Formats: sequence, C-alpha cells, structure tokens
Amino acid sequence: MILFDFAKRNIRLHWLRSLLAVVGIIIGVTAISSMGMLGNSLVLSISDSLTSVGDTIVVTPHISAAPGTIAGGGSSLKITERQVEEIRRAAGANTVVPIHMGAERITVGNEAKTAALYAMDPADVPLLLEKESGIYLRYGTGAMVGKKLAEENDLKVGESMGIGSGEERVRIVGVLKERGIGFDLNPDYAIIVPDTWFTARYGERDYDQVIIKVRKLEDIDGVKAAVEDKLNRREQVVNVLDTRKVLKTIVDAFNQISTFTTAIGGISLVVAGISILNVMLMSVTERTKEIGIIRSLGAKRGEVMRIFLSEALILGLLGSAIGGVLSLAGGYLALNVMLQSSKYLFAASTLVYILYGVAFGIGVSLLSGIYPAWKAAMMNPIEALRFE
Amino acid sequence: MTPVLTDTYPIIRLDDVTKIYPMPAGDVRALDTLSLEVMPGEFIAIMGPSGSGKSTLLNLIGCLDVPTTGDVHIAGLSVKTLSDDELASLRRDNIGFVFQQFNLIPLFTILENVEFPLILARRAPGTRERCFEVLGAVGLTPDLYTHRPAELSGGQQQRAAIARALVNDPEILLCDEPTGNLDSKTGDTIMALLVDLNRKGKTILVVTHDPRIAGYAGRTIRMVDGRVA
Repeated sequence: MILFDFAKRNIRLHWLRSLLAVVGIIIGVTAISSMGMLGNSLVLSISDSLTSVGDTIVVTPHISAAPGTIAGGGSSLKITERQVEEIRRAAGANTVVPIHMGAERITVGNEAKTAALYAMDPADVPLLLEKESGIYLRYGTGAMVGKKLAEENDLKVGESMGIGSGEERVRIVGVLKERGIGFDLNPDYAIIVPDTWFTARYGERDYDQVIIKVRKLEDIDGVKAAVEDKLNRREQVVNVLDTRKVLKTIVDAFNQISTFTTAIGGISLVVAGISILNVMLMSVTERTKEIGIIRSLGAKRGEVMRIFLSEALILGLLGSAIGGVLSLAGGYLALNVMLQSSKYLFAASTLVYILYGVAFGIGVSLLSGIYPAWKAAMMNPIEALRFE
Repeated sequence: MTPVLTDTYPIIRLDDVTKIYPMPAGDVRALDTLSLEVMPGEFIAIMGPSGSGKSTLLNLIGCLDVPTTGDVHIAGLSVKTLSDDELASLRRDNIGFVFQQFNLIPLFTILENVEFPLILARRAPGTRERCFEVLGAVGLTPDLYTHRPAELSGGQQQRAAIARALVNDPEILLCDEPTGNLDSKTGDTIMALLVDLNRKGKTILVVTHDPRIAGYAGRTIRMVDGRVA
C-alpha cells in the first residue's frame, strides 16, 4: 500500500502537471462516451420513428432511367389492374392492398394546404393503418386524416374540408394514429380516401403502389421471389421492396455513423494517453535518484514498476470517473442539440457507453503508464543513485 | 537461498573479482582480480584515491552490481547465481546502505523513510514499533519523526538514514563517505554511532578519504588501480 501512497504523494507534489493529464483523460472519456451515447440515441430514434413493420413487401413501378423520361416525381408509370391480379396470385393467402397515391390541395376554413392523398379499398384500411378517433373509412365518400395533419390544422372528426381546386367538400370520418416514417405509406400528413371516390374523381384506374402483408415472416422471401418471378421475368417492370431489409440497411448505416463519431471521441482519448505518457516520462526522469534509492533498499523491479503504474492508474481512475459523470451532461447536451430530445439518454444501451468510455479511459492510462514504468524498473540502480 | 551466518565463515568473500565498465573511450578496469574476505563483526575502512575502485567494490558487495569475472559471496551466497529479484531481496534483508548524500526520500517523512524497507520486506505487524526502536537507537527524538528530511540538519538526516539501514536488521552495513557532508564534530558522533553498532555485532565497511575516520576501523584496506595495495 505504501507503493500506492508513494504514487499518490508524487501526484500531489506535481499537482498542476497531474491535473492537466487528468483533464486530458476527462475530455477524452467525455468525448468518447457522449459521442457513443449520441450515436446510439440516433440509432434508437431512427428505429423508433421508422415503422418497424418487418412483415411488409412494397411493390412499386420500376422507373427505368431511359433517355427522355423524367425519373421520380409525377411519374406516369403505374401498376395496372392486371398486374395487381398477378401479384395477388403470387402472394397466395397473404393480404394484397393496391393503393392510388397523389398529392392534393386541401382547404380548411380559408387556408389552403397540400397533403398526400392515399386511396384504397375501405376494407383494406384497418389492415394497414390504426385509427385514433372516429371510424374507419366506408364506401362512398368521406376521408380519414393523419394525426399530424389533423393536429396542425385543427381538423376534427365530423368536420369537413375542401379537396382539390373545386374544393369538393369531404367529411372527416376518422383520425389515424401517429405512425412515423414508413417505407410503404407516410400517413401522418396524409388524407385517406376510398378508391372508388378517387377513380370517379380523377379517372385513374391504375395503381401507384401495392402493399403485401405476409402472415408469417418466414414467407417474406418466398412471396418476394414469387412476385419477381411473375412480373419481372422478361424485363423489370416493378420494384419489390422488402421493408425488413431496408430497415436493416438504414440501421446499419446509422450504426456506422455512430461508430465513426465514437472513433473521433477515441482520438481525443489517445491524445490524453500521450499526455499521461509525457507526464509519466517526466516523472520517471525527475525521480531517477529516488528509483536508485529504493532499489538500493531492496525494491524489486516489479515493485518499482508497480509504483509508476499506480500513478498512471490514479490519474486514469480520477479522469475516467469525472469524465464518466461529465459524459452524462455531455450526452444530454449532444442529444438536445442533435435530436432536440433527451428521451434516449437513459436507455440502457445508451448508458452503457459511459462504462465503455470509463473502461477505455482507465485502459489508455494504464497503457500509457507501461513504458515509463518499465523504463523506471529497468534502470541501473548505480547509475540512478549517481543521478543529480 | 539460505544465508550462512557463522562467526568462523567469512560473511563477505570476493574471489578474483574483475569489474570492467565499457566506455566509449575504451574499457575501464575498475576492479582487477581482487580477492577479499571479511569476517562477521569486522569494522573495515576502505581508503584510496579517486578512481581506485572503492565505490565499485562497495557496489559489488552491496549487490547493486555483479562482477564481470570472478564471484562475490555474501553470507555464503554466490551473487553470480542469483537473479535480479534475488539480489534485491538480499539487499533488503542482509545489507544496509548509508550514503554521503543521506539519500532519504524527500516526499516521505522520517518515519515513512524508515518504514519503507520494512514494508518492502512485508513485515507489516509491528512496523511502527520497530521504526521507533531504531530511530531511538540512532538518537532521534520522536518530535522529528513526522518531519520531512529537508527540515532536519545533516547530522539528523544521516542518523535517519542509518536508522533506515538498520530497520530490517541486516548483518552488513555499507557506508560510502558517511561523514563527507557533515562537519567534523557531527561526523564524530556519527562514527561513534557506527562503532557502537559494530560492537553490537554489525559488520561495517566504510569508504572514506579521511584517515581520521579510518582510525575508527579495526582494519584498513588501501586500494590502488582496482587492487588491494
């Protein structure tokens, strides 16, 4: 224990130098922990806001980038009713929901807005979307509105709004539950209308998207292959998207970002390690004579090494402990700046980054102490004694 | 390794010891086929001009260094056969050093300095009592125990250093110019202390320039060019 005491005294004697080394470790640990926490919260929040339905296959028309065509917005490519029938056959017993999509001007009071418009068979609505209030869509007329659209425009069940330039009055029968960003539908800012009403109004029979809900997750690859086989045999006419895979790709991408930001935090910890190395090397040189004395008193090499490693350990423990506490604050700050919310801060998978950071801090400190400690242990006692 | 300690067997024996220091300007032969026997309880002064090999001899006997050729036996143990850790243990348990510069650890109090070799030897129970005992034996008063070395006079520091050398009860005390940094009156009291310790059975070797100091010793070894003259 006196060996540890020895190290403690020396740190106290050179408090400013030691303090600076500790500050380095604090910054390093805080950086690595809060970056890790930020990355993890980012992944959590992305996974949360994406509707994590893994049981959905989305079929969209394939847009070939042929010269003269405009890919993307307002594409005239559709999925025909015949193709929908083929999809139904390929999907077997699984639910197939063809959807018309568009955007339309809506008028609420005197205000005009643009909202996404989804049209589908009213019977299919409960299969895809959950309602919060009112009732589900019925045949004929009427519309359901997304949660955010309803909130921001103060739309209530029973009221009516105008749709299109003609401001055709449509009654709001229900409000949908908030759902987040999806790969199939984004209903939060949309209005949902019956397909018959849509066809009657716009004269469009073909569909923009077909959603297949599989009953059993294991079927997803089989159904996907069957649809591809039926429709894309000669040339690619539709894109078949498996949401599970997309979700995985996105989460993977964010995990990579998270790893990257953590690595940046790691660099500052390496810098802190170098500052500990520097402090320790100075300390070993300054105390050469002392090392000679304790060696002459019968201290073994291993004991000399322990003294200096204790010193590195004390600096590391101190810096890492303070850094660990500060990274809670750092994480809170980073989350509020980047995500405008700190609700993922206390998730176990976020908090574990504090432990990682502290462990790395202690590890780096010990690692930086090894060379100076070894140097001290290997000193020739006679030469060390002669040192002034 | 069990040290052999009898009155009829030399506690220190050097057999044809040569120590060569390789230097950029050429090898330096610090000790040249030197042989020496020291019996338990002897008080020996080692004298000689600078560079005659006095300090090298003391370092070899103190197990801080090993001979280039030949062998050193301390209490019957051949230094040649011992590992670095075993040499450290031998220093800790059988040898006490007293230096010209006192060499107390400045960060420690007097008591902690004296305690340090005991803790290295892991004699935890009763450490404090043992420290008080040796500190009392060298004539330091308890009010000084909690002071740092720099707060003490030279003579007091050397007394503390001797207490530290004695705390593990070694058979051999190696003193390198122990009075070199003290005025002659203080030097005399330190020598009187060493004489007293010798009477109590310690084997003492003192390296000195001062013939007056050598006068305290029972035997004087004069060295010239790495040999006993």
